[in-house]
Amino acid sequence: MKHLIDPTDLTVKEIDDIIELALDIIENKEKYSEACKGKKLATLFFEPSTRTRLSFEAAMMELGGNVLGFSSADSSSATKGESVGDTVKVVSCYADIIAMRHPKEGAPLFGSMVSDVPIINAGDGGHNHPTQTLTDLLTIKREKGRLNNFTIGLCGDLKFGRTVHSLIKALSRYEGIKFILISPKELKVPSYIITEVFEKNNIEYEEVTTMEEVMDRLDVIYMTRVQKERFFNEADYVRLKDTYILDASKLKNAKSDLSIMHPLPRVNEISTELDDDPRACYFRQALNGKFVRMALILSMLEVNV
Amino acid sequence: MKIDSISNGIVLDHITAGKALQVYDDLELRKLDCSVAILQNVKSNKMGKKDILKIDKEYDINLDVLGYIDPNITVSVIKDGQTIEKKKLALPKKLVNIKKCKNPRCITSTEQGIPHMFKLTDEENRVYRCVYCEADK
Repeated sequence: MKHLIDPTDLTVKEIDDIIELALDIIENKEKYSEACKGKKLATLFFEPSTRTRLSFEAAMMELGGNVLGFSSADSSSATKGESVGDTVKVVSCYADIIAMRHPKEGAPLFGSMVSDVPIINAGDGGHNHPTQTLTDLLTIKREKGRLNNFTIGLCGDLKFGRTVHSLIKALSRYEGIKFILISPKELKVPSYIITEVFEKNNIEYEEVTTMEEVMDRLDVIYMTRVQKERFFNEADYVRLKDTYILDASKLKNAKSDLSIMHPLPRVNEISTELDDDPRACYFRQALNGKFVRMALILSMLEVNV
Repeated sequence: MKIDSISNGIVLDHITAGKALQVYDDLELRKLDCSVAILQNVKSNKMGKKDILKIDKEYDINLDVLGYIDPNITVSVIKDGQTIEKKKLALPKKLVNIKKCKNPRCITSTEQGIPHMFKLTDEENRVYRCVYCEADK
């Protein structure tokens, strides 16, 4: 039984197959409308979410399947003190596949150790978010037409930003990608990403503190939110939250085919004046999230259409 | 100072001076009902000073724990007063319930009964990462 906990649980071939399947779903929605008839997806969200949970649920519904679950720890037996392990064991009796989000890092991995059905990590604290990564990869594929040979700037909270960690791990396996890491020194990527991903695999990377100095070199800019919920100290959050705000003036030297991505939700790190700019693809990215999750569910349930 | 040799049991030699008590604790030797000798700061040609532990009983020793503490420790199995086996240690690829993750954001900080597991990610620098959160503490 296959689980998806870390983006590197999938081989490059498996990722490429999921992206190809997602592209086929986009072109032929009818063909897949009953592919998961009689199957149930449980969404165990111990932490609030809009996009991820709803896109999982929409994905299963568009495949003709059913959805059950909870959308916060408050509405589950976690409030009674039930452990993650017990919750997963019980839910795996009722569902064919589980999408799980938890504020503690590694919770879905532990879930996968005790579950009788496949577990998808839908975000574990500041650690990993592999389905956002699949969403990002599908978006880059659709926007750029390729998943190799480009320069990507990752901007904002690179320390706690799980989407960033997962995306770096996944993209590091494709050829010719240069990473430019834009963050204040307090929010730099964890050292293991530098040593065990970039240096170990001889991947070109650069760390800078302003986006203006690198904007003209970027093919993709991936903005992230400074996440209040990841800080133990509110003063640090307040000091760092507005470090990067992307607006029209900052795009002065940007390439005409730049792709502006953001996993959403945004607070103010991308000015709304950019929403109509054709280079802004964050809402298309959110839509891609549904398609790629449809492809992932089909793949993990081994449903062939 | 003279400590009698043992007839049947285990001798852990070439322990880095000062680490014998850690080995004693981590192997939970206090639970044994046999004699255990802890020798500290013994003169050594090779190491200058070393610690030695002698366990006066046949005992299935946890080599992963020892390898994690110090892969250079020598493990000799003694039977009828003779060394019948010398066991080689290596840094274990995986640690299970040997140390705990200190990351407060890790699931191991709250989940009861979860196995604490680390994997060796950098042998040269002896870096172990928690399998759950990847922290190296």
